[in-house]
Amino acid sequence: MAELEQRGDRTPIPAAWEYASAPESREIVKLEERYGLFIGGEFVEPRSGEHYKTLDPSSEEPLAEIPQAGPEDVALAVGTARKAFSDGWSAASPAERAKYLFRIARILQERSREFAVLESLNGGKPIRESRDVDVPLAAAHFFYYAGWADKLEYAFPHRRQQPLGVAGQIIPWNFPLLMLAWKIAPALAAGNTVVLKPAETTPLSALLFCDVLRQAELPPGVVNIVTGDGATGAALVKSEVDKIAFTGSTEVGKAIQRELAGTGKKLTLELGGKAANIIFDDCALDQAVEGIVNGIYFNQGHVCCAGSRLLVQESIYEPLLEKLKRRLTTLRVGDPLDKNTDVGAINSRQQLDKIEELVAAGEEEGAEIYQPPCRLPEKGYWFAPTVFTNVAQSYRIAQEEIFGPVLSVLTFRTPDEAVEKANNTPYGLSAGVWTEKGSRILWMAQRLEAGVIWANTYNRFDPASPFGGYKESGFGREGGLHGLEPYLDFREDSADVIGG
Amino acid sequence: MAERAGRLPVKKTYKLYIGGAFPRSESGRTYEAEGQNVARASRKDVRDAVRAARAAQPKWAGMTAYNRGQVLYRVAEMLEARTGEFAELIGDEAEVHAAVDRFVWYAGWADKLAQVLGSANPVAGPYFNFTVPEPTGVVGVLVPEEPPLLGLVSRLAPVLVGGNGAVVVASESRPLAAIELAEVLATSDVPGGIANLLTGFRSELAPVLAAHMDVNALDVTGADGDVPELERLAADNVKRIVRGSADAQSPWEIAGFLELKTVWHPMGV
Repeated sequence: MAELEQRGDRTPIPAAWEYASAPESREIVKLEERYGLFIGGEFVEPRSGEHYKTLDPSSEEPLAEIPQAGPEDVALAVGTARKAFSDGWSAASPAERAKYLFRIARILQERSREFAVLESLNGGKPIRESRDVDVPLAAAHFFYYAGWADKLEYAFPHRRQQPLGVAGQIIPWNFPLLMLAWKIAPALAAGNTVVLKPAETTPLSALLFCDVLRQAELPPGVVNIVTGDGATGAALVKSEVDKIAFTGSTEVGKAIQRELAGTGKKLTLELGGKAANIIFDDCALDQAVEGIVNGIYFNQGHVCCAGSRLLVQESIYEPLLEKLKRRLTTLRVGDPLDKNTDVGAINSRQQLDKIEELVAAGEEEGAEIYQPPCRLPEKGYWFAPTVFTNVAQSYRIAQEEIFGPVLSVLTFRTPDEAVEKANNTPYGLSAGVWTEKGSRILWMAQRLEAGVIWANTYNRFDPASPFGGYKESGFGREGGLHGLEPYLDFREDSADVIGG
Repeated sequence: MAERAGRLPVKKTYKLYIGGAFPRSESGRTYEAEGQNVARASRKDVRDAVRAARAAQPKWAGMTAYNRGQVLYRVAEMLEARTGEFAELIGDEAEVHAAVDRFVWYAGWADKLAQVLGSANPVAGPYFNFTVPEPTGVVGVLVPEEPPLLGLVSRLAPVLVGGNGAVVVASESRPLAAIELAEVLATSDVPGGIANLLTGFRSELAPVLAAHMDVNALDVTGADGDVPELERLAADNVKRIVRGSADAQSPWEIAGFLELKTVWHPMGV
C-alpha cells in the first residue's frame, strides 16, 4: 500500500478519512407499540395470543411487539385468501388487477423515504442502500408486473392458463420489502390471492405495506400478512394453499420440498449460493475491485447471490489483493441510518453467531484472515469486512454459505480451471466474470452453472430480469416474463391446445 | 432331435443400454416379460448409467442446436426403417408411426427453443441482458407402462432435444420396445451415454434414481403409487420434478428439463 501511495502520479491518501456523520431522521416512521396480523384487510389479534419483540439490530433496541401466528391464525389467513379469491379477485377484470398494482407501485414511490428509513431501522442495512436499491426496486417490481396482469395471453401464447388460487409465500430478512414485492407482484398479476410470511426478524416493512394496500383500496383478503418464526412458515407450508414460494436457506428449502412431495402443489425455491466472482488478468482492475466489494460487502454480505468466492487469476493475485485491501480501508462500517455508511449491522444475534462460527473455522483450517482497521459500535450486531486468503476449496469457508461480509480468495491459472472451481459447489445461483475479452465472457457464461451471470458487473437486479438458481440453489424464476409462470396453472394443457 | 422344416431362428438376448453399450445387468438377473427373458437392472446398473450420462452430457449439450436436431431426425429415420419390426413387437403400427413423427417434431425444436423460451430483457440501466435456456443436466425418466413405444418416445425426446443426458426406466410389463429403441439410438449418432435405457422392476430402480445425488431432474410421469416417496427422495439435492403427459408433444414438455440462465453486461464506450 505504501508503495502505491508514493507514486508521483497519485494523490496521496490521507492517513485517516474523517467523516462528519450525516444521519437520516427517524421522525418519518411512526411505529405502533404492538401490531396485529393482517387478515381480511384489517389487523387482528393473533389467536395464538403470542407476541415477540422485533429489534433494531444496530442498537438492540426493541421497536415493536409482533404477533407469533400459530396454525389457527395461518388457517384463518389462508381461508380468508381463499374466500377473496373465489369472491371476486379471480374473476376481476385483468385490467382492474393491473390498476391496483399500478396504484401500489405509485404509493410505494410516494412513501419511499418512510419505507427506506423503516427498512434500515429494522434490518440494519445502510440507508443509502434501502433508499437507492430496495425501495425503488420494490416499486419497480409492482409497476412491471402491473403491466402483465392484462397481457398474460401474450406471455404464454397457445396455453390455457388460469390463476392457481392461494399462494403461500415465505420471504427472508435480507431484503424484506423487495422480497415481498418479488413475491406479491407476480402472484397478484396472475390473479392469485396471497398469504405472505415475512422473516421473523424483519416484519415491519411488510406491516407498513398493509397501509399501502389500504390506500390502494385493494379488496380485503387479497393479500394477508402473517408474522412469526419458522413454525409459522411451517404451518403455512402445511396449510391449504395451492402454491408455495420460498426464498431462504437450502436446508429449509429441502424440508419444504419434502413436505410438499406428492401433493402436486406448485413450488418455487430460491435458495442459498456460494457464487464465484472470477477475475481474469486482462480485466479493468479498478472496476473489478469495485465489483468485488459490491459483490460481497453489499448489504453486509446478506445476499444469496453474493460473490463470496473470489477466483483470481494467479498472474494478478498480488496487485489485486493489494488494491482490494486498500479499498476495504475506505469502507464505512456503522450506523445504518448514516448516509455515509457502506456496511451496516448484521441482521440478528443468531446470524452474527453463524458468521463468527464460520470465520473461526476458516482460521482453524489454516486460511489467513484480513480485516481493515475499523471501530465497531459497542451495542448491536457487527462484523468487520473480512477477506480470507490461502483458502483451499475444501475449507468450510469455501463451501458453505456464510451470508456475511466474508470473502474467500482462491486462485486459478486457466479458464478451464476457473470453470472447474467455480462449478465445484452444490449451489448454482450466480457468478461473476471480469475480463475485457468479449469472447471469453461468453465462453465462460456458457459453462458456469448458475442462473445469473454478471459480466463486468455484479449484484444487479431488475424486475424485467429473471432471477433464480441451478442445482441446489433452487428452481423457478422470479422477475421478467419467466417470473409469471410459477403463478399460473397450465394443467389443462394438452396436445390439442398447443396445436401439436 | 426333431426334424424341422426351416432353419432354427437366432433369438435375441434382451439386455440393458448403458453408455452406448449393451451389457447384461451386472447382477446377472433377468425377469420374464412379453415372453422373453429381460435384463433386471440393479442399483449398480442405475449408478453406472448415471455416470455414463454425466460423462456424455457436456458434449451433447455443446453440440450446435442444428446438429442436435439432425441427430434426433436421424433417430426418426432409423425408427421409420424398422417400422415393421416394431409393429410386430408392439402390435400397433399406428403407434410406431406416431413415435416416428414425434421424434421428427421434437428434432425441429432443437434450434427454436432459445427463441421461444428465452428473452432479451429491457432492464432499467445501461446493461445488455438476455436469458437463454440450458439443459438441466442428467434426467431420470420413469416412462409410462403404456403405450410401450410412444410413451417412451414422448418422455425421452423432450429430455434429449434440450441437451440433457437421460437415464430411463422402461415399462416394466412391456420393456421390449425400449430395448429395440436402444438399437435405433445406437445407430443414430446419439452419443453413447446420452440415452441409457434400463429394464427391470420399477419399485426397485425408481427410488435409487430419485435419491441419486448426481441426477438433476426426475420425470415422474410414468410413476404410480410411489410418487410421494420418490419426490421426498428427490428433495435431497433439490431435483426438479416433472409431471408431464404420457402422450403429448409441446415445447413446455421440453421446458421442464431446462434451466434459464440470465447474463448481464454493461453497455458503454
